[in-house]
Amino acid sequence: MNGAFARVPDLLAQHILLSAAALLLGLVISLPLTILSARSPAVARVTLGFASLVQTVPALALLALFYPLLLFISGLVGGGVPALGFLPSLLALSLYALLPILRNGVTGLVNLDPAVIEAADGVGMTARQKLWLVEAPLVVPVLMAGIRTAAVWTIGAATLATTVGQPCLGDLIFAGLQTQNWTLVIAGCIASAGLALAVDALLGLAERGLRARKRGQVWVALGLLLTGVVIALWPVLPTGNADKRVVIGAKGFSEQYILARMIGHRLEDAGYSVTYREGLGSAVVFGALASGDIDVYVDYSGTIWTNEMHRTETPSRPEIVRGVAEWAKREHGIALIGPLGFENSYGFAMRGADAKRRGIRSLTDLAPQSGALAFGTDLEFLERPEWAAVKKAYPLHFKSAQAYAPTFMYRAIESGKADVISIFSSDGRIAKLGLTVLTDPRHAIPGYDAILMVSPQRADDAKFVGAIRPLVNAIPVDAMRRANYMVDRDSGKVSPDAAARWLEKQVGLNDSAG
Amino acid sequence: MPAQSQSGGPSVAFDAVAKTYAGGVRAVDGVTLHVEGGEFVALVGASGSGKSTLLKMINRLHEPSEGVITIGGQAVGDSPPHELRRRIGYVFQNIGLFPHMNVAENIAIGMRLRGEKRNDARVGELLELVDLPADFAQRMPDALSGGQRQRVGVARALAAEPKLMLMDEPFGALDPLTRDTLGQAVRRLHERLGLTTIMVTHDMAEALLLADRILVMEAGRIVADASPHGMLTGKGGAAADALVAVPRDQAHALSRIEAGE
Repeated sequence: MNGAFARVPDLLAQHILLSAAALLLGLVISLPLTILSARSPAVARVTLGFASLVQTVPALALLALFYPLLLFISGLVGGGVPALGFLPSLLALSLYALLPILRNGVTGLVNLDPAVIEAADGVGMTARQKLWLVEAPLVVPVLMAGIRTAAVWTIGAATLATTVGQPCLGDLIFAGLQTQNWTLVIAGCIASAGLALAVDALLGLAERGLRARKRGQVWVALGLLLTGVVIALWPVLPTGNADKRVVIGAKGFSEQYILARMIGHRLEDAGYSVTYREGLGSAVVFGALASGDIDVYVDYSGTIWTNEMHRTETPSRPEIVRGVAEWAKREHGIALIGPLGFENSYGFAMRGADAKRRGIRSLTDLAPQSGALAFGTDLEFLERPEWAAVKKAYPLHFKSAQAYAPTFMYRAIESGKADVISIFSSDGRIAKLGLTVLTDPRHAIPGYDAILMVSPQRADDAKFVGAIRPLVNAIPVDAMRRANYMVDRDSGKVSPDAAARWLEKQVGLNDSAG
Repeated sequence: MPAQSQSGGPSVAFDAVAKTYAGGVRAVDGVTLHVEGGEFVALVGASGSGKSTLLKMINRLHEPSEGVITIGGQAVGDSPPHELRRRIGYVFQNIGLFPHMNVAENIAIGMRLRGEKRNDARVGELLELVDLPADFAQRMPDALSGGQRQRVGVARALAAEPKLMLMDEPFGALDPLTRDTLGQAVRRLHERLGLTTIMVTHDMAEALLLADRILVMEAGRIVADASPHGMLTGKGGAAADALVAVPRDQAHALSRIEAGE
């Protein structure tokens, strides 16, 4: 329990800063638009229409859209625009904050008592005087209600910033969901809900102060909010040497969390200060490495071979690793330090008894019976080229296909909701659940050696590469499976960090940890 | 009593003034008119006759489509609207006190707009001028009755020491007693301060009792122009006679009741 809440302060600080910055940017954009929209119904149609349209896009999708958009912009201006982390999160959340502020502001201005406006004109106010002396003070309470709504939405949606690599309270929720560590999920939920309630209460106090024209109350509320932001700023202020700070990326499953910690432990021992960007999608994480948003992560040779290089042939495992290494160096300046020593291949698995009864051992056997079977996959698989290659090689036509978060996918096959699932071959749950992995006689799926990838900026950094090189060829698949199972199992599960420590000990890498 | 400049209010002249709204409605249809300095003129007519539009073109709350309006010989279009309006008192039916400002701040708004310091003595004089107690200065508008609010409205309009007062149905929302008292007060201020006053009203009795000169408007044109006496003696023509008949008949009926007939 304590472990789960230990990460809350840092992530809460990041969450506060992201939300506050997004709300502030949202205000800066929406206030002038509010005034323009209140003056002209034509402008209002465009601005409110746009803000409403943004609101219909799910927050998760909006965040995801900024990644390719910023990559594209970065390409236009010759690089340097970060496509991951703070910037895309800030932009997406600011857009999300527009609607409530804009709508309340415009409604407030349009519905001002026309007699008051006539009087303002009648006594000889200029447009500017009318705005500051009459319209603004009368509309501010209504506007404040909109700002409150925007603040609560922003704080809630900011938990999704995890997916574009921005540390926030969502890290706890996503990591907890992937590893079925519900304490982590609850810690993340309590912290973000508590933050939203506290901010809403303070803004509510300011709003009531504005309505009652109690200036003191307004300043106290805003002062407390500002104090919170300043406190949140404290731990984030850059400390130490930038060269010594490294960011380790990880995709969203247990093995990735464990390997990221193993890399992190070695770098910490070498004197680096380490942060983690976890839960990144396969496509996002490679781009993040190429652009230097992250310094190092573990990928799988076949994933890059098919997804990034768009290759369809399946040569031997060493040939694929070699091909990926050459291509990554040539195209992106990325260094492939070496394979970790195990493979985590995509595969297909069925309940053992079921496979036996139906006489299915391979994908060739599966194809004619697939029409009667339900297919469960992880969140990515149905969109990946591997699935296209498999379908091309074997005429699979499942009764249904449903994507799950990995842990829920295993629940689905256990409970019979799914009959066939896509699996990672290094997953410890396969053996524990007695699943049969189907063979791939036509070699539709390439090899998936775990490979250590280093960003262009760090590729020639001998000290950095030296610190992580001992991981190459150090991890046998059995040890990896057992470590994965320690995190994935339903009872007695341990944190990815503890599993990493265990694995280090197993493979003799803990000598430097003291 | 405050020392007011005794120089008289300015004359106001309309030269072939017309106003056509978007959509083709011709609210004012070619009005040529001269209001003498110091006159108290009532603009009377039914709803939609164009009387409010005509009034609001003087302080440019509406812009004329055709023609020229001059105040003291100077065209209203010569100065920016906000400067023009700061020299003209404006009182209207819905009052429009600023709800977030107290009475003193409302009255002193004109001084604030000109960048002058708040003058509490001046606010006190103006409250006295409209027969309100000095301790009203700190009240908020929502703590006042309708009549008190309109008194504050009149004080606000007088704060800039204007020589021209424009009043658009100023007493229309008030009860008959308040309406009468405030009407008398405005008339006295008009005389004491030497103003030119133009008042829009749909109430002929009010116009007859307060104004020096009555203009009757119908479909955007002035159809009668006479003194109250002239109006009552048939010099206003047919349209005016119909309007005058109502209060006169009521007055006669009241006299008969009083006499016990």
